[in-house]
Amino acid sequence: MRIYATLVYLFLYFPIALIVGFSFNAGKYAMDWQGFSLAWYSKAFSNPLILQALITSLIIAGMTALLSAIIGTMTALGLERVTGRTRTIFDALIYISIMVPGIVIGISTLIAFVTLFNMVNPLLLSLWNIKIEMGIWTVIAAHVLFNLAVVCLLVRARLTGMDRSLVEASEDLYATPMGTFRQVVLPLLMPSILAGFLLSFTFSFEDFIITFFVAGPNVTLPIYVFSSIRRGVTPEINAVGTVVLLSSLLLLVIAQVILQRSEKIAVAKS
Amino acid sequence: MFEQPVIAFENVTKTFGNVHAVVDNNLAVKAGEFLSILGPSGCGKTTSLRMMAGFEQPSSGAVSIQGQNMTGVPAFLRPVNMVFQHYALFPHLNVADNVSYGLRQRRPKPADAELAKSVADALEMVRLSGYEKRRSYELSGGQQQRVALARALINRPAVLLLDEPLAALDRKLRREMQIELQNLQRNLGITFLLVTHDQEEALSMSDRVCVMREGRIVQIGSPRELYDKPINSYVAGFVGKANFFVGPKADTVLCVRPELLEISATRKTLPQGLADAFDVTVLNRIFLGEHTEYLVRHESLGDFTVLSPRKSEHASGVFDIGDKAAVGWHKSAAQILTTT
Ligand SMILES: Nc1ncnc2c1ncn2[C@@H]1O[C@H](COP(=O)(O)OP(=O)(O)O)[C@@H](O)[C@H]1O
Ligand SMILES: [Mg+2]
Repeated sequence: MRIYATLVYLFLYFPIALIVGFSFNAGKYAMDWQGFSLAWYSKAFSNPLILQALITSLIIAGMTALLSAIIGTMTALGLERVTGRTRTIFDALIYISIMVPGIVIGISTLIAFVTLFNMVNPLLLSLWNIKIEMGIWTVIAAHVLFNLAVVCLLVRARLTGMDRSLVEASEDLYATPMGTFRQVVLPLLMPSILAGFLLSFTFSFEDFIITFFVAGPNVTLPIYVFSSIRRGVTPEINAVGTVVLLSSLLLLVIAQVILQRSEKIAVAKS
Repeated sequence: MFEQPVIAFENVTKTFGNVHAVVDNNLAVKAGEFLSILGPSGCGKTTSLRMMAGFEQPSSGAVSIQGQNMTGVPAFLRPVNMVFQHYALFPHLNVADNVSYGLRQRRPKPADAELAKSVADALEMVRLSGYEKRRSYELSGGQQQRVALARALINRPAVLLLDEPLAALDRKLRREMQIELQNLQRNLGITFLLVTHDQEEALSMSDRVCVMREGRIVQIGSPRELYDKPINSYVAGFVGKANFFVGPKADTVLCVRPELLEISATRKTLPQGLADAFDVTVLNRIFLGEHTEYLVRHESLGDFTVLSPRKSEHASGVFDIGDKAAVGWHKSAAQILTTT
């Protein structure tokens, strides 16, 4: 059993370890270790194409995380007041948007956008001589689509576990409904919102499939990596991959720590 | 002179679906008094309190506070404060910020120095000086309880509503907090309305007790009145201990308090002038310190309890299980009560 588990982990992580390892290789060829060096990092991050892709990715991830956090939280708060059939339908829709494979979201949002463009572009062209097309905003829209569900689930879990009497205590102590939301509800939800923000950022930053469908001419970091791999894996790409990997990992760990700490406080309280 | 009640219920009814939580209640809470609502679990105590605080609206009837009709007035506009059963301290705020929460909602907002002073005073009042920076989950149950008290009392509410505030504390701490609550109430002159299912607590702390049963108020009066002149067998059984015997008419019982019964070895050795005397067998004995409690059996009256004070044991004697004894009572000790 233990050997089996070890093999599985080896199989899973060996390629990743290779990439991380060879990103520090002084030599040019992957299989030829020439000693430790950070040369490929400085080379990668002085490549204007990579920098441009990085900036595009950061903008998309940042906007996605922000919008998902806001819309997801509002969705969770709104769903609090919904009961019965409507609630069941909304719950199902939320779970579905998380479970649907990326490729389905990619294709369906692509079709949706294209249909939309075909419908409105003739009108826009005739009226103001403009048209809308794929761009950063279509990527953000597609990413928000499933990330808001992630935030919604996290915030809902927190809301469900929240002691109703805290809200009543706040009202009892003369806080207006808005004051109660700002001083009690929001602070108590904040760990979940923050964790949702970080998760959305990570998911969006490292997403390839959905982006590939709806990015149009824009190049994000994963798309850049993909297109350059077709010309052969360079240590430069290894360096980029390592940076993406480590920063994603870091964000996930932070999100997890935030969630666990707020859990602990909630448990210690009751 | 007619004195206006701080809180008044006029024919207040509250139903949840087909549960009648509170039924047609009239209640006037007097300014400055310590009033307890006493009744078993599920009799509508919490619902009554929540209608005063503004968390529930009556299905019919009206609640007024200081003469103002509170119909449609939300909780945050009502001049009362509540101590919740599980304290409901804000876990994301420290003790000082919890305590100053009510004051910080005022507009214009009080200055920081003023807030700090009020918080220090409030914490001193509940003997928690120096705990300002602690988080609520770092405190013991008793300390959390006192923070909850300080957080409510700092606002000088017209009435402090307490929903079974001591239920979660252990026995010794509960006794301490009972005394502390009484002292606070006397020193501050704030009206206290305490909800409890513990008759001892209600009797020992309150100026008046309101006994509830299945959503209705059965009797309101001073602890002594309730104990000495219960209006029916429900109140007599709930307030203190009571023996019930078959009454002279249908739906009546004869009620005798255990401590008003006399016990002795034989009828002859019983005190003079008793209305009735019976031969009984001792079934059980519990030593209670200043009293001994006997469970005795009479062939037609059935089983009942007798409290024999330690002081008179030299005269009455001590009985073992299985002993024969004689029991009697003075005429004034027996009351005929209705059972409905
Ligand atoms: N929000 C509610 N929804 C439905 N039933 C309720 C609600 N609150 C109280 N009840 C019912 O009303 C009755 C009185 O409850 P409550 O006032 O909490 O009693 P107590 O505080 O005396 O134990 C109980 O039967 C309870 O189940
Ligand atoms: Mg209750």
